[in-house]
Amino acid sequence: MTQSTRRLLAALAAVLTLVAGAAFAQTELRMTWYDDGSESEVMSELVERFEAENPDIDVVIDVVPYSSGILESLPLQLASGQGPDVARVTDLGGLQEYFLDLRPYLDDPGYWDANFGPFHDWMRPDGSDAIPGFMTQLTVTGPYVNATLFEQAGVEMPGEGATWEDWAAATNEVADATGVFAMAMDRTGHRLAGPAISMGAQYFDENGDPVVTDDGFRRMAELMVDWHADGTMIPDVWIGSQGSYVAGNEQFVNGQVALYMSGSWQIGQFTELIGDAFDWKAVPNPCGPSGACTGMPGGAALVGIADTDHPEEVARLMDFLAQEEQLAEFYGRTLFIPGHLGLAEGGVDFDADLPATQDALSQFAAEVPKLADAAYALQGYQYNRVVFDATRDRLTQVFVGELTLDQAIERMQRDIDEQIADAQ
Amino acid sequence: MTVLGWLIEPIQRLIGVRRMPWIFLLPNLAIFGVFILFPMVMNFYYAFTGGTALYPLERPFVGTENFERIYACGNYLDPATCNEDLFWRAVWNSFTFVAFHVAGLVFFALITALVLNARIVARGFFRSVYFYPVLLSPVVVGLIWKWILQRDGVLNGILVSLGFDRTLFLLNADWSMFWVIVVTIWANMGFHTLILLAGLQSIPKELYDAGAIDGTGPLQSFWHITLPLLMPNVVVVLVLAMIRAVQMFDLVYVLTGGGPGSATLLMVQYIYEVGFASQIQRFGLAASASVTLGVVLLIITLVQLRLTRGSESHLA
Repeated sequence: MTQSTRRLLAALAAVLTLVAGAAFAQTELRMTWYDDGSESEVMSELVERFEAENPDIDVVIDVVPYSSGILESLPLQLASGQGPDVARVTDLGGLQEYFLDLRPYLDDPGYWDANFGPFHDWMRPDGSDAIPGFMTQLTVTGPYVNATLFEQAGVEMPGEGATWEDWAAATNEVADATGVFAMAMDRTGHRLAGPAISMGAQYFDENGDPVVTDDGFRRMAELMVDWHADGTMIPDVWIGSQGSYVAGNEQFVNGQVALYMSGSWQIGQFTELIGDAFDWKAVPNPCGPSGACTGMPGGAALVGIADTDHPEEVARLMDFLAQEEQLAEFYGRTLFIPGHLGLAEGGVDFDADLPATQDALSQFAAEVPKLADAAYALQGYQYNRVVFDATRDRLTQVFVGELTLDQAIERMQRDIDEQIADAQ
Repeated sequence: MTVLGWLIEPIQRLIGVRRMPWIFLLPNLAIFGVFILFPMVMNFYYAFTGGTALYPLERPFVGTENFERIYACGNYLDPATCNEDLFWRAVWNSFTFVAFHVAGLVFFALITALVLNARIVARGFFRSVYFYPVLLSPVVVGLIWKWILQRDGVLNGILVSLGFDRTLFLLNADWSMFWVIVVTIWANMGFHTLILLAGLQSIPKELYDAGAIDGTGPLQSFWHITLPLLMPNVVVVLVLAMIRAVQMFDLVYVLTGGGPGSATLLMVQYIYEVGFASQIQRFGLAASASVTLGVVLLIITLVQLRLTRGSESHLA
């Protein structure tokens, strides 16, 4: 072997060692994500940009179903310490013990406090100054209507200040004339809560404990029972299941219902799936005898997970994604209501040419000031899913005749009390 | 010396020939221990603990509290009077499901096996057709039948086009249990048909010839020759079907989600929901229900052993 060959081999070995070293130094971060529409596409592009700027970090996005992946599997993964590094979650209070405090790893925590501060209280214990993550969307619940069906039926749409009973009467007229169902509501206690609060439900007693035994809640529960009994509500959504969340979006997209009680996160999906196939619009939340005309606030957050082996890299990723430039693009393309105060104030350039999309975004934005205090209190409550699940499942048992409403309300309260006692 | 010999002989010299079977059993025992025995012991332990912590040592011991909770009942026949009413609804649903599913499964599997054992045209094709659903994932079976049976499904489409009213097959409590039984029989029948077919083919043809000489008709041949000689296979089918029925979850969960209300909520779904699908995951309560299910399965298995031994000694 000549000296030059030896030198060449030595140089090659050195290069290989460096390349191998760099390869081994790459950190893999796993992000658990779910889609309301197709927002994982937007997130993937943002993550690719992050990876280009940070070649030492590789981010793998695992897109999972919302119900089985985020609500059911993720809590178990987190409890066993086998969770991802970053996750998109909606149970902000219930999972807060698993969230990573990004504050020690951030260059400018002040930016986070200024733009996400109020929402951090939903995802950290009282009195804490932790920065667990940022909101990928703020949501407001409210109804959509199929305006084409109203037009075909020659029925005038109830206006601002109309009650749930007014909407039920109008949509039933539409249903009679067009052969569709009058209403659908996502199968969750969260969607039920806004109308129930409008009817006077408080959801908490004077000690701050959750209650569903007041007259306001009963009023809404009675309406739901009546609507399922007389065929106002499409049966597929609430009756067609036992213990899980079911959305009614398919029925609305397919033109099977005149009114669909859901929320702002459907705008992107309706823009894509309905487009201008028929006239759809978001309308104000109907009112109730309490004087409130409220939906429920909510949203999803992207959070770091405390069990991660790479907190600094997680913070780098989160800090990149939380910057105004990235979030403006994310909210703009996904048509989500911004969870960034600066962008909410300055406005987001939504990627929507369809007038229905623009109108729906404006309508849901107009709902925010009307949200009742009780709605915020319930959304911020750590065990709100216990309340939502108990109301959802017990009420369904009334619809199919397994329980009377009195028995169901008693069972709901017992379920809530027992489960919260177990948790504490 | 073979390669195997190089490996085995030193061990044999070390522990002796009599202990060698343990070495061969070790891999299976290890897998059984880790994936069956250990989880069983842990489940038993969890059944006597409370709280929501996942790790065993973080869970407080509560004695029989979980069992007392699920067995507290005014009248076991009326779930509404029970503390954990959904558990008892699941128990009674499971009883109904197991009784009709097993009876239907054995009956139709026997009929199908008899037909497939006869000299019919395209016998091989039909054997494949009946076995095909067994190859499908239960989730796929559930989805296919959901598309057929839902309010706007294929079946209602056909009924409406023929002038009948639309029927809520999966949204009506009585219909939904009926269809759950039908679909689960359809999905599992092929496997059990195969066992019975193997039994039918092992019956010596000479017995039927002798019977024919004595003037026995087809029905007499079935009652006095086929059925007695097929009994060991029928018992196996019966017990396997029973165990699978008690454990039923995935197909029904996809098809009806346990609904409407709790009309098709079965034991395993109840355990899953209490332990895993709720915000407050009550592992203790789920484990105690699981122990109850285990006891039921143990009883079924003991009955199987008894019946199998009975039929074997009868044949001997």
